[in-house]
Amino acid sequence: MKQTIILSFLLSCFISLDMLAFNPGDGYQIGDVATDFSLMNVDGNMVSLSDYPDAKAYVVIFTCNTCPWAVKYEDRIIALSKSLSEKGYPLIAINPNDPAMKTGDSFVAMKERAEEKGFNFPYIFDKDQTVFPVYGATKTPHAYVLDKDRVVKYIGAIDDSPRDADAVEINYIENAIQAIENGTLPDPATTKAIGCSIKSRK
Amino acid sequence: MKVFFFAIAVLLTNLKADAQQSISVFETFDEFKHILQTSTDTTYVINFWATWCKPCIAELPYFEQANQTFKSKPVKFILVSLDAMKQLEKKVIPFIQKTNIKSKVILLDDDDYNVWIDKVSTDWSGSIPATLLFTKDKRLFVEQEFIDAIELESFINQFIQS
Repeated sequence: MKQTIILSFLLSCFISLDMLAFNPGDGYQIGDVATDFSLMNVDGNMVSLSDYPDAKAYVVIFTCNTCPWAVKYEDRIIALSKSLSEKGYPLIAINPNDPAMKTGDSFVAMKERAEEKGFNFPYIFDKDQTVFPVYGATKTPHAYVLDKDRVVKYIGAIDDSPRDADAVEINYIENAIQAIENGTLPDPATTKAIGCSIKSRK
Repeated sequence: MKVFFFAIAVLLTNLKADAQQSISVFETFDEFKHILQTSTDTTYVINFWATWCKPCIAELPYFEQANQTFKSKPVKFILVSLDAMKQLEKKVIPFIQKTNIKSKVILLDDDDYNVWIDKVSTDWSGSIPATLLFTKDKRLFVEQEFIDAIELESFINQFIQS
Protein backbone atom coordinates (compact mmCIF):
# COMPACT_ATOMS: atom_id res chain seq x y z
CA MET A 1 0.00 0.00 0.00
CA LYS A 2 2.81 2.34 0.98
CA GLN A 3 4.48 1.53 -2.29
CA THR A 4 1.30 2.32 -4.17
CA ILE A 5 1.01 5.67 -2.44
CA ILE A 6 4.63 6.57 -3.16
CA LEU A 7 4.23 5.41 -6.73
CA SER A 8 1.10 7.47 -7.23
CA PHE A 9 2.79 10.48 -5.71
CA LEU A 10 5.85 10.15 -7.87
CA LEU A 11 3.79 9.51 -10.95
CA SER A 12 1.74 12.59 -10.32
CA CYS A 13 4.92 14.60 -9.85
CA PHE A 14 6.84 13.47 -12.84
CA ILE A 15 4.66 11.75 -15.32
CA SER A 16 2.15 13.68 -17.34
CA LEU A 17 -1.51 13.31 -16.44
CA ASP A 18 -2.64 11.53 -19.57
CA MET A 19 -0.11 8.79 -18.86
CA LEU A 20 -1.59 8.43 -15.40
CA ALA A 21 -4.96 7.72 -16.98
CA PHE A 22 -3.54 4.37 -18.05
CA ASN A 23 -2.22 3.33 -14.69
CA PRO A 24 -2.20 -0.46 -14.84
CA GLY A 25 -4.10 -0.54 -11.56
CA ASP A 26 -7.20 0.71 -13.38
CA GLY A 27 -9.48 -1.44 -15.46
CA TYR A 28 -11.46 -4.57 -14.90
CA GLN A 29 -10.99 -7.11 -12.19
CA ILE A 30 -12.43 -10.61 -12.30
CA GLY A 31 -16.17 -10.41 -11.63
CA ASP A 32 -16.68 -6.92 -13.09
CA VAL A 33 -19.26 -6.52 -15.84
CA ALA A 34 -17.52 -5.42 -19.02
CA THR A 35 -18.85 -2.57 -21.08
CA ASP A 36 -20.06 -3.07 -24.62
CA PHE A 37 -18.51 -1.01 -27.41
CA SER A 38 -19.22 -0.08 -30.97
CA LEU A 39 -16.04 0.03 -33.04
CA MET A 40 -15.37 -0.19 -36.74
CA ASN A 41 -14.31 -3.50 -38.19
CA VAL A 42 -11.85 -3.84 -41.06
CA ASP A 43 -14.87 -4.65 -43.31
CA GLY A 44 -16.30 -1.19 -42.60
CA ASN A 45 -19.12 -2.37 -40.31
CA MET A 46 -19.49 -1.44 -36.67
CA VAL A 47 -19.09 -4.32 -34.21
CA SER A 48 -20.53 -4.64 -30.69
CA LEU A 49 -20.78 -7.51 -28.23
CA SER A 50 -24.56 -7.11 -28.50
CA ASP A 51 -24.27 -8.20 -32.15
CA TYR A 52 -23.97 -11.71 -30.73
CA PRO A 53 -27.18 -12.25 -28.74
CA ASP A 54 -26.65 -16.03 -28.69
CA ALA A 55 -23.05 -15.88 -27.49
CA LYS A 56 -22.31 -18.29 -24.64
CA ALA A 57 -19.19 -16.27 -23.82
CA TYR A 58 -16.94 -13.72 -25.50
CA VAL A 59 -13.22 -13.61 -26.11
CA VAL A 60 -11.87 -10.06 -26.49
CA ILE A 61 -8.20 -9.73 -27.41
CA PHE A 62 -6.37 -6.42 -27.58
CA THR A 63 -3.76 -6.92 -30.26
CA CYS A 64 -2.13 -5.06 -33.12
CA ASN A 65 -0.15 -5.33 -36.34
CA THR A 66 3.19 -4.13 -35.09
CA CYS A 67 4.03 -5.82 -31.80
CA PRO A 68 6.31 -8.78 -32.55
CA TRP A 69 4.58 -10.83 -29.89
CA ALA A 70 1.12 -10.01 -31.19
CA VAL A 71 2.32 -11.13 -34.61
CA LYS A 72 3.56 -14.39 -33.10
CA TYR A 73 0.00 -15.02 -31.93
CA GLU A 74 -1.83 -14.29 -35.21
CA ASP A 75 -2.05 -17.88 -36.41
CA ARG A 76 -3.00 -19.06 -32.95
CA ILE A 77 -5.79 -16.46 -32.71
CA ILE A 78 -7.12 -17.58 -36.11
CA ALA A 79 -7.16 -21.22 -34.95
CA LEU A 80 -8.75 -20.25 -31.66
CA SER A 81 -11.45 -18.21 -33.38
CA LYS A 82 -12.22 -21.13 -35.68
CA SER A 83 -12.66 -23.64 -32.90
CA LEU A 84 -14.48 -21.29 -30.52
CA SER A 85 -16.88 -19.51 -32.89
CA GLU A 86 -18.22 -22.87 -34.06
CA LYS A 87 -19.16 -23.55 -30.44
CA GLY A 88 -20.88 -20.21 -29.92
CA TYR A 89 -18.00 -18.22 -28.46
CA PRO A 90 -17.23 -15.23 -30.66
CA LEU A 91 -13.68 -13.89 -30.65
CA ILE A 92 -13.15 -10.18 -31.26
CA ALA A 93 -9.75 -8.53 -31.74
CA ILE A 94 -9.31 -4.85 -30.93
CA ASN A 95 -6.37 -2.71 -32.02
CA PRO A 96 -5.87 -0.12 -29.26
CA ASN A 97 -2.77 1.60 -30.64
CA ASP A 98 -2.71 5.19 -31.81
CA PRO A 99 -1.45 5.11 -35.41
CA ALA A 100 0.02 8.56 -34.89
CA MET A 101 2.49 6.82 -32.57
CA LYS A 102 2.78 3.69 -34.66
CA THR A 103 1.93 4.04 -38.35
CA GLY A 104 1.87 0.28 -38.89
CA ASP A 105 -1.27 0.17 -36.76
CA SER A 106 -3.40 2.45 -38.93
CA PHE A 107 -6.87 1.33 -39.99
CA VAL A 108 -5.61 0.83 -43.55
CA ALA A 109 -2.75 -1.31 -42.27
CA MET A 110 -5.23 -3.30 -40.16
CA LYS A 111 -7.32 -4.02 -43.26
CA GLU A 112 -4.26 -5.13 -45.17
CA ARG A 113 -3.10 -7.40 -42.39
CA ALA A 114 -6.56 -8.94 -41.92
CA GLU A 115 -6.76 -9.68 -45.63
CA GLU A 116 -3.23 -11.00 -45.87
CA LYS A 117 -3.68 -13.39 -42.94
CA GLY A 118 -7.34 -14.20 -43.62
CA PHE A 119 -8.57 -13.15 -40.18
CA ASN A 120 -11.75 -15.09 -39.41
CA PHE A 121 -12.78 -12.71 -36.62
CA PRO A 122 -13.66 -9.03 -36.40
CA TYR A 123 -10.55 -6.89 -36.13
CA ILE A 124 -11.86 -3.59 -34.84
CA PHE A 125 -10.18 -0.28 -34.18
CA ASP A 126 -10.31 1.56 -30.84
CA LYS A 127 -9.80 4.76 -32.78
CA ASP A 128 -10.53 7.19 -29.95
CA GLN A 129 -8.72 4.98 -27.43
CA THR A 130 -11.76 4.91 -25.19
CA VAL A 131 -12.24 1.16 -24.82
CA PHE A 132 -8.84 -0.22 -23.81
CA PRO A 133 -8.44 2.03 -20.72
CA VAL A 134 -11.88 0.96 -19.48
CA TYR A 135 -10.89 -2.70 -19.84
CA GLY A 136 -7.51 -1.92 -18.33
CA ALA A 137 -5.53 -3.37 -21.21
CA THR A 138 -1.91 -2.27 -20.96
CA LYS A 139 -0.25 -4.25 -23.68
CA THR A 140 -0.66 -6.29 -26.82
CA PRO A 141 -1.66 -9.03 -26.76
CA HIS A 142 -3.93 -8.76 -23.71
CA ALA A 143 -6.93 -11.10 -23.56
CA TYR A 144 -10.26 -11.04 -21.73
CA VAL A 145 -12.87 -13.80 -21.49
CA LEU A 146 -16.39 -12.66 -20.60
CA ASP A 147 -19.34 -14.90 -19.86
CA LYS A 148 -22.68 -14.46 -21.64
CA ASP A 149 -23.62 -11.67 -19.19
CA ARG A 150 -20.31 -9.94 -19.96
CA VAL A 151 -18.93 -10.75 -16.52
CA VAL A 152 -15.12 -10.80 -16.70
CA LYS A 153 -13.94 -14.35 -16.03
CA TYR A 154 -10.38 -14.30 -17.27
CA ILE A 155 -7.72 -11.64 -17.91
CA GLY A 156 -4.23 -12.14 -19.26
CA ALA A 157 -2.18 -14.11 -21.72
CA ILE A 158 -3.56 -16.29 -24.51
CA ASP A 159 -1.44 -19.29 -23.56
CA ASP A 160 1.67 -20.15 -21.61
CA SER A 161 4.15 -19.97 -24.48
CA PRO A 162 4.17 -16.55 -26.18
CA ARG A 163 7.40 -17.25 -27.98
CA ASP A 164 6.78 -20.70 -29.36
CA ALA A 165 3.41 -22.00 -30.53
CA ASP A 166 4.72 -25.56 -30.51
CA ALA A 167 5.60 -25.43 -26.83
CA VAL A 168 2.16 -24.45 -25.53
CA GLU A 169 1.15 -26.53 -22.54
CA ILE A 170 -1.83 -24.55 -21.28
CA ASN A 171 -4.17 -22.57 -23.48
CA TYR A 172 -5.53 -20.13 -20.91
CA ILE A 173 -8.43 -18.96 -23.08
CA GLU A 174 -9.64 -22.47 -23.91
CA ASN A 175 -9.18 -23.27 -20.27
CA ALA A 176 -11.40 -20.33 -19.27
CA ILE A 177 -14.06 -21.21 -21.86
CA GLN A 178 -14.06 -24.79 -20.58
CA ALA A 179 -14.59 -23.53 -17.04
CA ILE A 180 -17.50 -21.35 -18.17
CA GLU A 181 -18.97 -24.38 -19.96
CA ASN A 182 -18.62 -26.40 -16.78
CA GLY A 183 -20.06 -23.64 -14.65
CA THR A 184 -16.84 -23.32 -12.68
CA LEU A 185 -14.34 -20.48 -12.26
CA PRO A 186 -11.31 -20.44 -14.55
CA ASP A 187 -8.07 -21.41 -12.85
CA PRO A 188 -5.94 -19.44 -13.39
CA ALA A 189 -8.31 -16.47 -13.68
CA THR A 190 -5.48 -14.05 -14.36
CA THR A 191 -2.07 -14.53 -15.91
CA LYS A 192 0.79 -12.30 -16.96
CA ALA A 193 3.07 -12.22 -19.97
CA ILE A 194 5.49 -9.78 -21.53
CA GLY A 195 3.95 -7.66 -24.26
CA CYS A 196 4.23 -4.33 -26.06
CA SER A 197 2.88 -1.35 -24.19
CA ILE A 198 -0.19 0.17 -25.84
CA LYS A 199 0.75 3.32 -27.71
CA SER A 200 -1.35 6.24 -26.60
CA ARG A 201 -1.32 9.91 -27.37
CA LYS A 202 0.90 11.93 -25.14
CA MET B 1 46.89 12.38 -41.53
CA LYS B 2 48.35 11.46 -38.16
CA VAL B 3 45.26 12.80 -36.47
CA PHE B 4 43.13 10.74 -38.79
CA PHE B 5 44.94 7.53 -37.86
CA PHE B 6 44.77 8.43 -34.24
CA ALA B 7 41.01 8.92 -34.58
CA ILE B 8 40.69 5.53 -36.25
CA ALA B 9 42.79 3.94 -33.53
CA VAL B 10 40.63 5.50 -30.84
CA LEU B 11 37.54 4.37 -32.67
CA LEU B 12 38.84 0.81 -32.94
CA THR B 13 39.85 0.78 -29.29
CA ASN B 14 36.38 1.95 -28.37
CA LEU B 15 34.76 -0.69 -30.52
CA LYS B 16 36.98 -3.29 -28.95
CA ALA B 17 36.10 -2.10 -25.46
CA ASP B 18 32.40 -2.22 -26.30
CA ALA B 19 32.69 -5.64 -27.81
CA GLN B 20 34.17 -6.74 -24.55
CA GLN B 21 31.10 -5.76 -22.56
CA SER B 22 30.23 -9.21 -21.33
CA ILE B 23 26.55 -9.97 -21.10
CA SER B 24 25.48 -12.33 -18.37
CA VAL B 25 22.73 -14.64 -19.49
CA PHE B 26 20.20 -16.09 -17.09
CA GLU B 27 17.98 -18.90 -18.27
CA THR B 28 15.70 -18.85 -15.27
CA PHE B 29 14.33 -16.15 -13.04
CA ASP B 30 15.57 -18.11 -10.02
CA GLU B 31 19.15 -17.67 -11.20
CA PHE B 32 18.50 -14.01 -11.94
CA LYS B 33 16.57 -12.93 -8.84
CA HIS B 34 19.63 -12.06 -6.72
CA ILE B 35 20.17 -9.16 -9.13
CA LEU B 36 17.04 -7.59 -7.62
CA GLN B 37 18.40 -7.73 -4.06
CA THR B 38 21.03 -5.72 -2.26
CA SER B 39 22.34 -5.37 1.26
CA THR B 40 24.03 -2.03 0.58
CA ASP B 41 22.77 1.55 0.33
CA THR B 42 23.37 1.61 -3.40
CA THR B 43 20.35 2.50 -5.49
CA TYR B 44 19.81 0.09 -8.36
CA VAL B 45 18.01 1.15 -11.52
CA ILE B 46 16.84 -1.90 -13.45
CA ASN B 47 15.33 -1.35 -16.87
CA PHE B 48 13.52 -4.18 -18.66
CA TRP B 49 13.73 -3.91 -22.44
CA ALA B 50 14.13 -5.89 -25.65
CA THR B 51 15.60 -5.17 -29.07
CA TRP B 52 12.14 -5.74 -30.63
CA CYS B 53 10.53 -3.11 -28.39
CA LYS B 54 10.75 0.31 -30.05
CA PRO B 55 9.77 2.49 -27.06
CA CYS B 56 12.34 0.57 -24.99
CA ILE B 57 15.08 1.33 -27.47
CA ALA B 58 13.97 4.95 -27.58
CA GLU B 59 14.51 5.41 -23.86
CA LEU B 60 17.80 3.51 -23.51
CA PRO B 61 19.86 6.66 -24.27
CA TYR B 62 18.19 8.34 -21.27
CA PHE B 63 19.45 5.53 -19.06
CA GLU B 64 22.89 5.91 -20.58
CA GLN B 65 22.82 9.62 -19.88
CA ALA B 66 21.51 9.16 -16.34
CA ASN B 67 24.25 6.60 -15.75
CA GLN B 68 26.78 9.35 -16.58
CA THR B 69 24.99 11.91 -14.43
CA PHE B 70 24.97 9.61 -11.40
CA LYS B 71 28.40 8.07 -11.93
CA SER B 72 29.90 9.64 -8.81
CA LYS B 73 26.88 8.60 -6.73
CA PRO B 74 25.98 5.18 -5.34
CA VAL B 75 23.60 4.43 -8.19
CA LYS B 76 23.97 1.41 -10.45
CA PHE B 77 22.20 0.83 -13.75
CA ILE B 78 21.39 -2.58 -15.21
CA LEU B 79 19.61 -3.02 -18.52
CA VAL B 80 17.80 -6.37 -18.57
CA SER B 81 17.12 -7.59 -22.08
CA LEU B 82 14.16 -9.94 -22.41
CA ASP B 83 15.26 -11.06 -25.84
CA ALA B 84 15.53 -14.78 -26.48
CA MET B 85 18.97 -16.26 -25.91
CA LYS B 86 19.25 -17.22 -29.57
CA GLN B 87 19.02 -13.49 -30.37
CA LEU B 88 22.07 -12.69 -28.25
CA GLU B 89 24.67 -12.94 -31.02
CA LYS B 90 22.30 -11.97 -33.79
CA LYS B 91 20.51 -8.97 -32.31
CA VAL B 92 21.47 -8.00 -28.76
CA ILE B 93 25.26 -7.76 -29.06
CA PRO B 94 25.16 -5.97 -32.46
CA PHE B 95 22.60 -3.55 -31.04
CA ILE B 96 24.74 -2.79 -27.98
CA GLN B 97 27.81 -2.26 -30.14
CA LYS B 98 25.96 -0.10 -32.63
CA THR B 99 24.40 2.13 -29.98
CA ASN B 100 27.57 2.11 -27.87
CA ILE B 101 25.78 1.19 -24.66
CA LYS B 102 28.07 1.35 -21.67
CA SER B 103 25.67 0.36 -18.90
CA LYS B 104 25.70 -3.22 -17.70
CA VAL B 105 23.46 -5.44 -19.82
CA ILE B 106 21.96 -8.74 -18.69
CA LEU B 107 19.83 -11.12 -20.72
CA LEU B 108 16.98 -12.92 -18.97
CA ASP B 109 15.55 -15.71 -21.07
CA ASP B 110 12.80 -17.28 -18.95
CA ASP B 111 9.52 -17.42 -20.84
CA ASP B 112 7.59 -18.66 -17.84
CA TYR B 113 6.42 -15.07 -17.47
CA ASN B 114 3.31 -15.78 -15.49
CA VAL B 115 5.51 -17.17 -12.72
CA TRP B 116 8.12 -14.44 -12.48
CA ILE B 117 6.53 -11.10 -13.51
CA ASP B 118 4.82 -10.79 -10.12
CA LYS B 119 8.13 -11.48 -8.40
CA VAL B 120 9.55 -8.31 -9.94
CA SER B 121 6.46 -6.34 -8.98
CA THR B 122 2.83 -7.23 -8.52
CA ASP B 123 2.12 -3.84 -10.14
CA TRP B 124 3.63 -5.05 -13.42
CA SER B 125 1.14 -6.18 -16.07
CA GLY B 126 3.97 -7.35 -18.29
CA SER B 127 4.35 -4.55 -20.80
CA ILE B 128 7.79 -3.17 -21.52
CA PRO B 129 9.55 -0.86 -21.07
CA ALA B 130 9.36 -1.17 -17.32
CA THR B 131 11.76 0.04 -14.65
CA LEU B 132 12.47 -1.03 -11.09
CA LEU B 133 14.35 1.12 -8.58
CA PHE B 134 15.50 -0.38 -5.31
CA THR B 135 17.80 -0.10 -2.35
CA LYS B 136 17.97 -2.46 0.58
CA ASP B 137 15.06 -0.58 2.18
CA LYS B 138 12.71 0.46 -0.58
CA ARG B 139 11.47 -0.43 -4.02
CA LEU B 140 9.63 1.47 -6.71
CA PHE B 141 8.31 0.03 -9.95
CA VAL B 142 7.04 1.92 -12.97
CA GLU B 143 5.53 0.46 -16.12
CA GLN B 144 5.95 3.47 -18.37
CA GLU B 145 8.52 4.88 -20.69
CA PHE B 146 10.39 8.05 -19.76
CA ILE B 147 10.05 10.98 -22.11
CA ASP B 148 13.62 12.20 -21.67
CA ALA B 149 16.71 11.88 -19.50
CA ILE B 150 15.62 14.79 -17.30
CA GLU B 151 12.40 13.01 -16.35
CA LEU B 152 14.31 9.83 -15.60
CA GLU B 153 16.93 11.63 -13.52
CA SER B 154 14.25 13.50 -11.54
CA PHE B 155 12.49 10.20 -10.97
CA ILE B 156 15.68 8.61 -9.63
CA ASN B 157 16.50 11.64 -7.46
CA GLN B 158 13.01 11.65 -6.00
CA PHE B 159 13.34 7.95 -5.19
CA ILE B 160 16.71 8.47 -3.50
CA GLN B 161 15.27 11.26 -1.34
CA SER B 162 12.02 9.45 -0.53
